[in-house]
Amino acid sequence: MSAAVGPPLVELRQVSKRFVTPLDLAARLANLLGAGVREEVVCAVDRVSLAIAPGEVVGLVGESGCGKSTLGRIVAHLLRPTAGAALQRGRDVTSLTGTEAQAAALAVQMIFQDPFASLNPRMRVRDIVGEAPVAHGLVSPQEVDAYVDELLNRVGMDPSYRRRYPHQFSGGQRQRIGIARALAVKPEFLVCDEPISALDVSIQAQVLNLFMRLRQDLGLTYLFISHDLGVVRHIADRVAVMYLGRIVEEAPTEEVFARPNHPYTQALLTAVPSLDQRRRRFTAIEGEIPSPLSPPEGCTFHPRCPHAMPRCRTEPPTLKPIGPGHQSACHLNNDD
Amino acid sequence: MSETPALVVEDLRTWFFTRLGVAKAVDGVSFTVRRGQVLALVGESGCGKTVTGFSIMRLVDPPGRIVDGRILFQGDDLVRVPAGRMRQFRGARIAMIFQDPMMTLNPVLNVETQMVEAVLAHATVSRSEARRRACEALGLVGIPRPEERLQAYPHQFSGGMRQRVAIAIALLHRPELIIADEPTTALDVTIQSQILFEAQRLCREMGTGLIWITHDLSVVAGLADEICVMYAGRIVERGGVDEVLDRPRHPYTRGLLGSVPSRNVRGQPLTQIPGMTPSLLSLPEGCAFRQRCPRADEVCLESPELTMGVDGRAIRCFHPHAGEAGT
Repeated sequence: MSAAVGPPLVELRQVSKRFVTPLDLAARLANLLGAGVREEVVCAVDRVSLAIAPGEVVGLVGESGCGKSTLGRIVAHLLRPTAGAALQRGRDVTSLTGTEAQAAALAVQMIFQDPFASLNPRMRVRDIVGEAPVAHGLVSPQEVDAYVDELLNRVGMDPSYRRRYPHQFSGGQRQRIGIARALAVKPEFLVCDEPISALDVSIQAQVLNLFMRLRQDLGLTYLFISHDLGVVRHIADRVAVMYLGRIVEEAPTEEVFARPNHPYTQALLTAVPSLDQRRRRFTAIEGEIPSPLSPPEGCTFHPRCPHAMPRCRTEPPTLKPIGPGHQSACHLNNDD
Repeated sequence: MSETPALVVEDLRTWFFTRLGVAKAVDGVSFTVRRGQVLALVGESGCGKTVTGFSIMRLVDPPGRIVDGRILFQGDDLVRVPAGRMRQFRGARIAMIFQDPMMTLNPVLNVETQMVEAVLAHATVSRSEARRRACEALGLVGIPRPEERLQAYPHQFSGGMRQRVAIAIALLHRPELIIADEPTTALDVTIQSQILFEAQRLCREMGTGLIWITHDLSVVAGLADEICVMYAGRIVERGGVDEVLDRPRHPYTRGLLGSVPSRNVRGQPLTQIPGMTPSLLSLPEGCAFRQRCPRADEVCLESPELTMGVDGRAIRCFHPHAGEAGT
């Protein structure tokens, strides 16, 4: 899957995103007196490169605070990278202007985690789904009802619900409305940020099936962000594992689950509870994800890593190919 | 098995009398928790698993009310004990851990104040002894440098550490029963694993009975001894963890297990349960799962009873699966 022909649909090259909390007045005054208060800088995404081929589903996994949502938002044009370039079909999105920029933005849509927060409670379903395509001239205002009906059908909802408000629906149905809204502008790429983790177990399967059907019917490409490795394993072709703003391992799905290389990926996989392990003795990697305000020197995983060597404390490892389509950022792979 | 169980719940009914009608959130639930055993209450949102936990703690607020049933705890019926005596139990002999530790810890008091208060509420000891116990409890749940951390405020802890503090508070009086309501749902997998590890250890070492309320079957598989699957306020299947997970007999249990991605071929559509959970205010006649069930027929218009099978399993279904393996 990784050996794609033509330019990738979406490509990130050494993308970083830093969030800076500016100093308030008191801190600035204190600094005038020589207090030396520094701005707080969080490097949410740190020099990440990722290419996604047309038709591919890439799963992005990692724990909370690892920067996976920020990365998703950069891909979805909701955030601008501080450094590096985000390319769409080989063209830098920041260099595009006018209609081209708009077309590029419409081509990537986002599905959000919380279906209770991502729909405007004061809009009817018809307007939530139909507003954007009319505004962008994809359908005329006269045809919008038929268009909305078609979309609702596609996501498995009864079109007669189009005059209702979001609060009249359950979580699963709301998520379907969110998907219909994203599909309304005919995107080719969906960034799905934990799209099923807020749903009930039996509803998760329904929505996951919907994602897989839409991919087949419409030829969509997904960046599927999730902390649930079981879900990612099911839907993704390729998996990227993030830790503290960096991708630490990237490989075809089967490969990651069969031969995890990075100690963090290994720890993550053993921590996942499985239906087939009974009365297991839970063991866990020590510690927690460090604060991104002060990431550790060297390899950011070294304080928790059971294999940490002196070198890991000083020198950050880079992603290196270790097999076909398999990259990992760990010093254990370097024999020198 | 001659020892008295940690808790026996018999035919518990907790109903909510709302303006729109009576919601039977818990409707005839029975189970037993033995000492040192983990019982899992599994189900989707609105199935009554949390209300069951709240009922045991007698924390159900109006318009909800326990209308019937018995909750036998060491010779007392918690449904009927006076409020004053219930207060002595709560936090001392029965403790509850909630899903969101940010909601259960007071944000304006430091951990020491909260923990010492909890110790002194049930024990007549000196403040320094209370502090020592708090410190010991924090150490027990794996919080590094407990002396120092006692001074911290809840917002200075991460989610996982905060949940550990909540668990430490629950452990202060070495309760005989702990009710844990989705304590790891908000946490990351590596942190979840740490918490599960602690819970398991405490349960085994102290002989505490543990009720683990969750929707996550995979967590249950690794942790529980016995499982109660709930649907629309009732237990639909109850049995040992291996029997229920390997040979589910109720169509709902089977459907839930079938929808777990690891039980499906990668990339193929998941087996799904059609429809959604019915509102408790308008449950269908007869079996509540009828409208989503592939096996339902006209017999299911009657309400099925929870019947005991030969394998020690209880099932509420007219057409249970024979108990063949797999899904």
